[in-house]
Amino acid sequence: MLIEILISFFLLVGASFALIGSIGLARLPDFYTRLHGPTKATTLGVGGMLIASATYFSVGGEGLSLHELLVSLFLFITAPVSAHLLAKAALHLRVRTRVPVPASFDEEPQGRGR
Amino acid sequence: MILQTAIYLAFVIMSLAALLNLWRLILGPDAPDRILALDTLFINTIALLVLLGIHFGSAVYFESALVIAMMGFIGTAAFCKYILRGDIIE
Repeated sequence: MLIEILISFFLLVGASFALIGSIGLARLPDFYTRLHGPTKATTLGVGGMLIASATYFSVGGEGLSLHELLVSLFLFITAPVSAHLLAKAALHLRVRTRVPVPASFDEEPQGRGR
Repeated sequence: MILQTAIYLAFVIMSLAALLNLWRLILGPDAPDRILALDTLFINTIALLVLLGIHFGSAVYFESALVIAMMGFIGTAAFCKYILRGDIIE
């Protein structure tokens, strides 16, 4: 009973965070603010759901369930990388923003990790 | 009973989130907006697969969740590379 309440709590918290991230993606004014919603809130939401799943399968199944750890570790590593790449692509395209794009962006030295 | 209700509620919330992402994917004024919406859809799909695994009580969904996570990251990285350099594999 207590375990069920715990799993339900984590499931609902995770789903709510994912919904908040998607609302941010749909409603915020420009691209660079929109980038905040999915990269932080949605990743945290999926993390909460994976905690719920790990609890469920550790209690009900045989032994400790560690598949979820793999998925969440992968997500937590790749989310900042893809956000960085997206921000760089948007700066390259000079996407319309509320604050001007820094002029020095395209004058970086070429061929060094770019 | 509590768990079943929570699972159905979470399904509804995640579907709503996916619909909002789809709205941004269709509407998005620029290419990075669409890529970001697609990336978020991938992450929401992982959450939905995990939910489905709890609902059916089966652990086979984790492999597909892991594969979808990898495909999502590689797809996002390839799209961004294409915008940045005009080519994916140089």
